Amino acid sequence: MTVETKKKTMNLNMGPQHPATHGVLRVELELDGETVVKATPHIGYLHTGIEKTYESKLYYKCIPMTDRMDYLAPMSNNLGFCLAVEKLLDIEVPEKVVYARVCLTELTRVISHLVWVGTHALDIGAMSMLLYAFRERELILDLYEACAGQRMMSTYFRIGGLAYDLPKDFEKRVRDILKKIPEGIKDYERLLNDNMIFRKRTIGVGKISAEEAINCGLTGPNLRGSGVNYDVRKANPYCGYEKFNFDVPLGKNCDVYDRYLIRMEEMKQSLSIAKQALDGMPDGPFRAHVPGVVLPPKEDVLTKMESLIFHFKIITEGFKPPKGVVYNAIESPKGELGFFISSDGTNKPHRVRVRPPSFVNLSALPKMVEGGMLADVIACIGSIDIVLGEVDR
Amino acid sequence: MGLEEKIPEGIAITSLDKMVNWARKRSMWPLGFGLACCAIEMISTFASRYDLARYGMEILRPSPRQADLIIVSGRLSVKMAPVLKRLYDQMPNPKWVISMGACASCGGVFNNYAIVQGVDKIIPVDIYVPGCPPRPEQLIDGIMKLYEKVEKESLLDKKKI
Amino acid sequence: MEEKTKEFLKEKFGDAIISESEFRGQLSLETNRDNLFDLCNSLKSSSELDFNFLIDVCAIDWLGQDEEAKGRFEVFYNLYSLKNKFRLLIRVRLSGNDAEIDSLTSIWQSANWLEREVYDMFGVEFTGHPNLTKIVTPDELKGHPLRKDFSLTYETPQFSHNKNEPPEVI
Repeated sequence: MTVETKKKTMNLNMGPQHPATHGVLRVELELDGETVVKATPHIGYLHTGIEKTYESKLYYKCIPMTDRMDYLAPMSNNLGFCLAVEKLLDIEVPEKVVYARVCLTELTRVISHLVWVGTHALDIGAMSMLLYAFRERELILDLYEACAGQRMMSTYFRIGGLAYDLPKDFEKRVRDILKKIPEGIKDYERLLNDNMIFRKRTIGVGKISAEEAINCGLTGPNLRGSGVNYDVRKANPYCGYEKFNFDVPLGKNCDVYDRYLIRMEEMKQSLSIAKQALDGMPDGPFRAHVPGVVLPPKEDVLTKMESLIFHFKIITEGFKPPKGVVYNAIESPKGELGFFISSDGTNKPHRVRVRPPSFVNLSALPKMVEGGMLADVIACIGSIDIVLGEVDR
Repeated sequence: MGLEEKIPEGIAITSLDKMVNWARKRSMWPLGFGLACCAIEMISTFASRYDLARYGMEILRPSPRQADLIIVSGRLSVKMAPVLKRLYDQMPNPKWVISMGACASCGGVFNNYAIVQGVDKIIPVDIYVPGCPPRPEQLIDGIMKLYEKVEKESLLDKKKI
Repeated sequence: MEEKTKEFLKEKFGDAIISESEFRGQLSLETNRDNLFDLCNSLKSSSELDFNFLIDVCAIDWLGQDEEAKGRFEVFYNLYSLKNKFRLLIRVRLSGNDAEIDSLTSIWQSANWLEREVYDMFGVEFTGHPNLTKIVTPDELKGHPLRKDFSLTYETPQFSHNKNEPPEVI
């Protein structure tokens, strides 16, 4: 007598409403027991049509919408868009703006990584990490509020400068942050680095080799976790990054734990860059002097005829950049964030394409989880650090 | 009637409505449901500085079957709309809805093909919280307004039982 | 690095490079769709140039701007070489009626989702793609949102100005 055995797999839907998917992501899993045979991510549950909406806005009106893509790192998005338009217009910004932008975007990297470490640890079972991480995050949000008047969606950078001058107590606030956050990071490391549960859930999980990572187009900490040294800040410096000293941490084991270590180290490096930027910040205007493109100073608008006309024309009509296509990449906390702007010579962009780091990183999820256990899927999704607003746009 | 004088110490008399509403508003369990940017502010509200546990709301339920309140935090895309409707239908009565932020309330800055122009087209909303995104204090204020609303409800209202 | 890339391509694909342009320090080369796959394959496998990264695939709809003569869609491939830290844009024009192009998924896996997105948003077909389906828009949505003839809003806000009926026209 022969017994016919049939291998049967089970289909499991994870999401779109699931506490561990970091938003509205749906992953269709095919399981053999507890082993994942096949994973198919389904995205688009937060598709906002942002790229289409850009085409109907004047250039400077696009900036608020960039915040709402990667809402964990609003200033990085602002910077990416502003630099791309500045490249298109070929304008230079004052030295003070460069330093202020670097200082603020590095602090943005810190808040993005703080939310990441909090939610990632929460997914794996360390509930209290979220509360600690948000405690430190509030400090930087207070700085945002002092600068831009908004806690999260700051929209602080403008084409050719900043929206307002830096607040008077900017230096004091940043020094305070630079003092307090390293203490917090020490706390997290004490909590997680040698935590038995955390190590067992992350070491050797979600491996992806360097060749595969490059082939899948991974960028940011995920790529560096596999030991590939690619950081846009070092490879193709933008916004004056060549003036700052910092290290790019690299991983060896290509697993979730290495990506965690890299992000923790990146936070320290970011704080050091922010310190250098603060120390070296010169005094000067907070906007470039480009008549017809960048808003003139408010005092001039109230007293001088030409400034008033320029102000009125920029607000109502915008400006007309030359025809052409530019691509500008920055290193956002998630990876390479690129803005690809095509201008047809009118006052609205003809097409704005965002190269979303999370989108491409997420496409490598099946590579990481297939063959692993079901519980490891959570750790892998967490380690990629996706923001669904940016994935779907 | 002088009944109050006859009952022993430590016992108070109230109407059933008041007692039920008091219990409902003091242990409201929200659904752990986040959509976009506002979800991060919602997490901030639950986290250290703002600490929503002060109002008996620290337990985020991952399952709609155990939740009383759904905070729609963020923009709702056309693709997500059926999911939200299903989640709402799965929640047992009584249930309340807070629409958090401009996008959930009216579409916000995204008046386009992909976004539902206000969640009230899909599910009934009790409280609208304005802002893009609202500050945690604003959300807490919205929750306080919801408490006021819950206090006025009656068990005779069939829809809420 | 620019000179080397140009020389390499001139030597191998002499007349396949239709035009080359440089704008704000970014080199971009235009080719036709028949040569695209071979060109990309040799750019990746060349040990000197080593374009091992496909950063982005995106498209532009040139409807209303000379689309008859040049072709309606323009697909951009953004290649990057980790070794040389050099970026190259490759552009291909496609006509509106026959928007089809070879898929690059067999060269770079990152092309998989990026091409699916272009398909979803513009309706450009990628032949040889393993799973060319919609990715971000809902299944019910007809049309391709980023085409210029797709309207941005499907409903316009109605302002009644506190009147139930429109004023009478005399």
